[in-house]
Amino acid sequence: MQWDWSAVSEFMPFFWDGVIVTLQALALSVIVAFALGLVWAMAQRSPLKVVSWPVTAITEFIRNTPLLVQLFFLYYVLPEWGITFSALTTGVIGLGLHYSTYTAEVYRAGIDGVPVGQWEAATALSLPRSRTWIAVILPQAIRRVVPALGNYVVAMLKDSPLIATIGVLEMLGEARQFGSITFQMVEPLVVVGIAFIVIAYPASLLLRALERRLVR
Amino acid sequence: MSDITPGLWELLIKGLWVTVQLTVYSAALGGVVALVIGLARTHRLWIVRFLSGAYFEIFRGTSALVFMFLVFFALPIGFGWQLVPMWAAVLAMGLTYGAYGSEIVRGAVAAVSPAQREAGIALSFTPAQSLRKIILPQAWPEMIPPLNNLLIELLKGTALVSILGVGDISFGAQLVRNATGQSAPVYTVVLVMYFVLAFVLTRGMRVLERQAKAGIGQAPPKRRKFSLRQTNDVAASGASAGSGGA
Repeated sequence: MQWDWSAVSEFMPFFWDGVIVTLQALALSVIVAFALGLVWAMAQRSPLKVVSWPVTAITEFIRNTPLLVQLFFLYYVLPEWGITFSALTTGVIGLGLHYSTYTAEVYRAGIDGVPVGQWEAATALSLPRSRTWIAVILPQAIRRVVPALGNYVVAMLKDSPLIATIGVLEMLGEARQFGSITFQMVEPLVVVGIAFIVIAYPASLLLRALERRLVR
Repeated sequence: MSDITPGLWELLIKGLWVTVQLTVYSAALGGVVALVIGLARTHRLWIVRFLSGAYFEIFRGTSALVFMFLVFFALPIGFGWQLVPMWAAVLAMGLTYGAYGSEIVRGAVAAVSPAQREAGIALSFTPAQSLRKIILPQAWPEMIPPLNNLLIELLKGTALVSILGVGDISFGAQLVRNATGQSAPVYTVVLVMYFVLAFVLTRGMRVLERQAKAGIGQAPPKRRKFSLRQTNDVAASGASAGSGGA
């Protein structure tokens, strides 16, 4: 076959549109994943069994079933219940929800890593529970899990093309669309594949550097 | 639920079987790749280390779905290799998840105490002998919990092939959805099917782990209730994460 550079240059405008959508979706779903994950992690530690038990069960279920099927579930089932989101919003919720169950485990490990003495000190100072969390536990817990959280940002980047399946035109979506119009599938796919490496590899180098600095 | 007729159930069961096959074959290929690449990354020649490291970084950096698209669309056009969709999927998944697995193999092999290697040298074992009789038996129990996590990621990853027309459970779900016009029942059923598969896999790996640990005289580890995964501590999640791709 002939590698067609003109196909590459024709694809580039669509590619940049796709990059912007990918980064948008990534940023939004990272926020969802980090925030929800913290909520899950704290709920799992709740002394109330009616809170901790269902949350543990639900996060286990979400974590061990495919993101793709979850996306379809959100995309097709929510409208049946009368809730309609755009494809991008559905994708962000799906990706964020799925990875929140992973970040919950990371937060959990971080919280478990805070010495018991810190909890006891907070009790001795009769700090209220909310202040114990916000001022004592979380700052220490989150600092040591930053690199692990960063790894999940890279993982989410690599799973972001899944939202193309529900019609979001991110990088892979643009490549598929371009391919189905021009019948030149290889060039856009290779461009997108390289783009993922170009984004992910420096990010993982950065994370390793961060890990060396933060985790001692 | 009642709208799914016996014929449609049959479709889902067939899909389940395809998913199981995909998981088993990709895990077999991935296991071989993981072992070869993982050991190559500890090789004494720098060129071997460099090439296997490059393989790892490339597959870790790229998205599994994008790679799968490349195998499906670029291989036939580029080289004239038209693979049966099922095998193209197995190839893509095996190579991708094998790359993640190589990191687990490398880590576990590196964690075997250096005194054990030296003992192998002192007994004038060949490198192959000491690998087979000393290093791997001790590294293997360490590998099983992270490999279990990876296996579940692989199982979840098999859902991707439905986009490319392989008739797995997710593909069956699409057909059933089109036939019944309802989404909630079929997608709930399918999610539960995946969860049950993941549960069965985990049980199997726990048995393996207990046997492997007993084989080198260690007690089985304690675990949290419910959890299907190995509970990563911070260090472990730092090393193993970045390996999503489902």
